Amino acid sequence: MKQVFARPESLKDVATHFCPGCNHGSVHRLVAETLDEFGIRSETIGIASVGCSVFLYGYFDVDVIESPHGRAPAVATGAKRARPDRIVFTYQGDGDLAAIGMSEIIHAANRGEDITVIFVNNTTYGMTGGQMAPTTLPGQKTSTSPYGRDISKDGSPFKMAELLANLDGVAFSARVALNNPKNVLNAKKLIKTAFRYQVEKKGFSFIEALASCPTNWGMNPLDANQRVTDEMIPYFPLGVYKNTANL
Amino acid sequence: MQTASLEKIFVKGNEAVAMAALEAGCRCYFGYPITPQSDIPEYLSRELPRLGGEFIQAESEIGAINMLLGASAAGVRAMTSSSGPGISLKQEGISYMAGSELPGVIVDIMRSGPGLGGIDASQADYWQATRGGGHGGYRIIVLAPASVQEMYDLTMLAFDLSDIYRMPTMVLADSVIGQMKESVTPNPRPDTVLPAKDWAVRGREAGEVQNIVKSLYLGDGEMEKFHWKMQARYQELAEKECRWEEVQTADAELIITAFGSTARIAKTAISMARDAGMKVGLLRPITLFPFPKKAYAALSGRCKLFLDIELSTGQMIDDVRLAIARDAEVSFYGRPPGAGSLPTPEELFEQIKKNYPAHV
Repeated sequence: MKQVFARPESLKDVATHFCPGCNHGSVHRLVAETLDEFGIRSETIGIASVGCSVFLYGYFDVDVIESPHGRAPAVATGAKRARPDRIVFTYQGDGDLAAIGMSEIIHAANRGEDITVIFVNNTTYGMTGGQMAPTTLPGQKTSTSPYGRDISKDGSPFKMAELLANLDGVAFSARVALNNPKNVLNAKKLIKTAFRYQVEKKGFSFIEALASCPTNWGMNPLDANQRVTDEMIPYFPLGVYKNTANL
Repeated sequence: MQTASLEKIFVKGNEAVAMAALEAGCRCYFGYPITPQSDIPEYLSRELPRLGGEFIQAESEIGAINMLLGASAAGVRAMTSSSGPGISLKQEGISYMAGSELPGVIVDIMRSGPGLGGIDASQADYWQATRGGGHGGYRIIVLAPASVQEMYDLTMLAFDLSDIYRMPTMVLADSVIGQMKESVTPNPRPDTVLPAKDWAVRGREAGEVQNIVKSLYLGDGEMEKFHWKMQARYQELAEKECRWEEVQTADAELIITAFGSTARIAKTAISMARDAGMKVGLLRPITLFPFPKKAYAALSGRCKLFLDIELSTGQMIDDVRLAIARDAEVSFYGRPPGAGSLPTPEELFEQIKKNYPAHV
C-alpha cells in the first residue's frame, strides 16, 4: 500500500501539550516538513523562546537552545556566527518577539543575519494566561485589558511582517494563517520559501503566522478559526511583503 | 593556537585582555561601547576579522550577552566585556548561562556607581560579581587581576576554567588596571586538557543524541537536583581552584587584605610600614569566587588582626569575616568610588599605623 501521509522525521513521535485548536502544532508540522524536504534536519539548530513554544525541543528532533524571553534573535545570531554552516531558526510568540524582544528582532533583521524567524501571532500571551500582547487587536478583551485594548493608551497592534519588510537587512517577509486548508497550504509554501533563503544563503527571512488561541480567547476551536478570518486577517493582511530574490 | 611572541610588550590592561582572548582561541566577541572598557571591543573589531573571527557591536548589553550565550551553546570560545551599568543589564543572560551550564567569559572593568556614577575606578561590583548577580541563586567564577600581566594571564585562565567547569567566568578589574600600561609577557596558551564539548548544539547526524541547552526544569525534583549538582561543582572549585598571593605574611602582626588595584596601592603602603619597622603583610585573593577561605583560615590561626581595604564601603569584607578564625579581628578602611577617592599609599600607611597592634 502506498503511504500518503506520515509524521515528518523532524518531529518526535510524542503528544504535544498544546490546547485543542491551537495552531502551534500546525506551524511545528509545517516547519518540520520543510526541514525534511530540504534534508537539513541534521544540520539545523532551533532556538526556543519563552512562552507556549518553549517546549520546541520536546517536539522537534533537532538540537535546540532555549533562549531568555525575547532574546532568541540574539542567541540565534551568536549560534549562526559561531557555526555559519548550520541552519538556525527561532520560533517566537508575539509577546516574546514584539514586546520584550523588539530590540533583538529589529537589530538581528537589520544586520541581515542569515537566520529564519518563525513568529506566531495569536494576539495574546498564551502561556501566562491570556494577557494583552503587542498584537492584541483594538478593543480586544484580555485578562489585562478587561475593558478592551484602548489604543489611546495602549497603542496600536504592531504589524511585524510589514515593519520588518521596511528594513534593508530583511530579504524575505511574509504573513500566513493556519485557519483553513487553503491558508495552511499557502503557509507551507511560504515557510519553505523562508528556509530556502537560508539554505541558499540569501539573507534574513521572516514568517508571521496568524494563529488561534481558543483557550485564552474563550472560544471553541471552530469559532477561533472564524475569528482569524473575521478579525485578524482584516487587520493583519496575509501576503508576501518582501521577496528580494524572488524565490 | 597562534604563535605568541615571548618578547615583552607594553600595553594597556584592556588590550592585554583582548590579546589574551585571541591567544586563548576566542573567535567570537560581542560587545557594546562603555567607558572604561571600550579598548577591548576596539582592539577586537580590528583583529578578529583578520583571524576569521566574528566581532559584533551589539544593539545592547542584553543583545551582546545573549549572542555570547548562543555562540557558547554552539561550542566555541566567546567573550563579552562591559562596565558596571552594562554588567547589570547582562545579569539576565548570565543567569540563563549559569542555568544552562554554559561557559563564556565576561569582563567587567568596574567604574563607580550606582546608576551612571562615574568613570573612575571602583570595586563596588564585588557583590554583583561574586553573589550571582542575576536571579535564581547561582555563582560564577570570578578572577581579580592586579596588574596588566594578570589581565593577560587571568583572561587566558578564565577561558580554561570556564570550559572545565561549564560556568560563566568573569574577569573583574577596574579602570585603573584597564587603562594603565605596563610591560607584559604574552604567554602562549597553555596546553590544558579540556573536556570535549559533547553537550554543544551542532546539528544532529543520524543516531546522535539530541543536544538541548536549556535552563527550564519543571519535572518533580529536577530543579533541586540541578542545584545540588551545582553546589557540588562550587565545592570542587573551592578545593581545586583557589588562587591568592601572600606578601610578607610569615611574621606579620597585621595582615592587609585587598584585591585588584587596591592591593597594588597597599603593597606600597606595606613597604613604607616595613621600613618603619612594622611587621605588616598582604593577603590578596586572586579568585574572588571561589574565595580562598583556607588561606584566611590558616593565616588567622597565627595573626589575629586583619585590615580589609576596598574601593567601596565594604563588600569583600563579608567574605573575609566568614573566612578568618573566630578569635581574629578584621578592621575596614574603604572609600566610596568616585573622582578623587582612590586612596594614596601614604593614606593607607596612616591606616596601618592606626590599626597596628599596640602590644608589639
